[in-house]
Amino acid sequence: MNILKNTPSSLESNTSLLVKGVHRRSFLKWAGGTAAATSLILTGCKEDNPVIVAGEVNFGTGDNAVLNYAYALEQLEAAFYQRVIESQFSDITADERSLLTDIRDHEMAHREFFKAALGANAIGGLEVDFSSIDFSKRESVLNAAKTFEDLGVAAYNGAGRFLTSPDLLAIAGKIVSVEARHAAYIRDLISNGTFADSTVIDANGLEMSKEPSAVLMAAAPFIKTKINAGTLA
Amino acid sequence: MSDRLNSRRKALRDFADLGKKLTMAAVPLAVGSMFQKAYGQSTTNVVDVLNYALTLEYLEYRFYEKALASAGLIPAGAPTAAITTIMNHEKAHVNFLKTAITGAGGTPVVEPTFDFSGGQGTGTGPFATAFTNYQLFLAVAQSLEDTGVRAYKGQAPNLVQQNAVLTAALNIHSVEARHAAHIRQMRKANGASVKPWITGKDSGIDNAVVQAIYNGEENTTQAGVDVKTLGSFSANAVTEAFDEPLTKEQVLAVATLFIAS
Repeated sequence: MNILKNTPSSLESNTSLLVKGVHRRSFLKWAGGTAAATSLILTGCKEDNPVIVAGEVNFGTGDNAVLNYAYALEQLEAAFYQRVIESQFSDITADERSLLTDIRDHEMAHREFFKAALGANAIGGLEVDFSSIDFSKRESVLNAAKTFEDLGVAAYNGAGRFLTSPDLLAIAGKIVSVEARHAAYIRDLISNGTFADSTVIDANGLEMSKEPSAVLMAAAPFIKTKINAGTLA
Repeated sequence: MSDRLNSRRKALRDFADLGKKLTMAAVPLAVGSMFQKAYGQSTTNVVDVLNYALTLEYLEYRFYEKALASAGLIPAGAPTAAITTIMNHEKAHVNFLKTAITGAGGTPVVEPTFDFSGGQGTGTGPFATAFTNYQLFLAVAQSLEDTGVRAYKGQAPNLVQQNAVLTAALNIHSVEARHAAHIRQMRKANGASVKPWITGKDSGIDNAVVQAIYNGEENTTQAGVDVKTLGSFSANAVTEAFDEPLTKEQVLAVATLFIAS
């Protein structure tokens, strides 16, 4: 697999610079193809043709769109757990601190993996909004964690079918089961025995996966950056 | 190729439309029959994958069923409730897979006779006391769940062109991972040194058969890149962050120990 041979670029900063310098009604467009990292060009403003628009991130097309979708969710999770560990709710136990730090590291590893895998095709950094979460309170932190973990599992499960590369599907599978382990742990912390209850598992014993549009709607309150889901939505 | 893709897209669309009209219990049949329409030629492979999954689900289901029927093994209260939840999921997976296989035009495998001692029918394998020794019961449960996670994961790439079946398999895969995490916490509460996730290739169980289930989990390289180098991550954190697959052959080498006939 050569997806990682693209040099991870400073696209994020380049894009911001370019976008600031152009008229609001102009769009930046990729010349297409994975080798086109340096081919960022300006195009006109036909409404049916925008790929990158000022102020929003665009997941793009094909397998890259799925990877960017995962990258966005991992950015959200990693940023959340970084805050959790920085803040540490008042009655956190040593065991919880240790395992929540593990989760932070897992999410950061996932985030950095996707960033590297996408290379020049990666979306930029998302601006998050955790104003609804009280990081000093156990209940607030764990409920948010539960939301993020269950959402992550449902998102990966629902997006697997959009991948065309068996190798990428294998890697998504390696990550989603870890998200499911996180979800089970967080749920048991909130209420022991709820690791796989009927709010997330259906009568056939199957996880209730979610479409990207539903996932992005659920994640929207926590993300300030406008997201264009590209071919995923 | 494009005909095939169009056919697949149509099958998926039909499936999505159908899903709205069906009760949950009828969905597995739809998975199978939608699939059969679009993939007449490669149905055999998918039936093979589903029958492989069914064999493992039978193993899990009957293991928990026997454990719950073993007086004095599982403490009342939260432990019994958790194992009952898990058993019910495995039972539901068995029924789902049987229906999906039939719907795809296949024949579900006959349920094996199991030897939960891991003795291939001798009854004297390394786990012979799993239904009287709670710690050993939990250790075997952890091994079976983590095996299930690795087994489904190993089959996902084989289903890359079979969207409805892939999604169903993924939706079972994550449930097995939730089970594994809970069982691991049950073991931890009983003194074992394990986390909800797999660190390196550590099983927390001193047994050569079990170790085969965990070998390979120490991998830190994904898509050709050592993830450790992408940040200040410990090797342990990176191995925990990615669960690894097992091939069908690797899984069956272990699973057949539990099959008497």
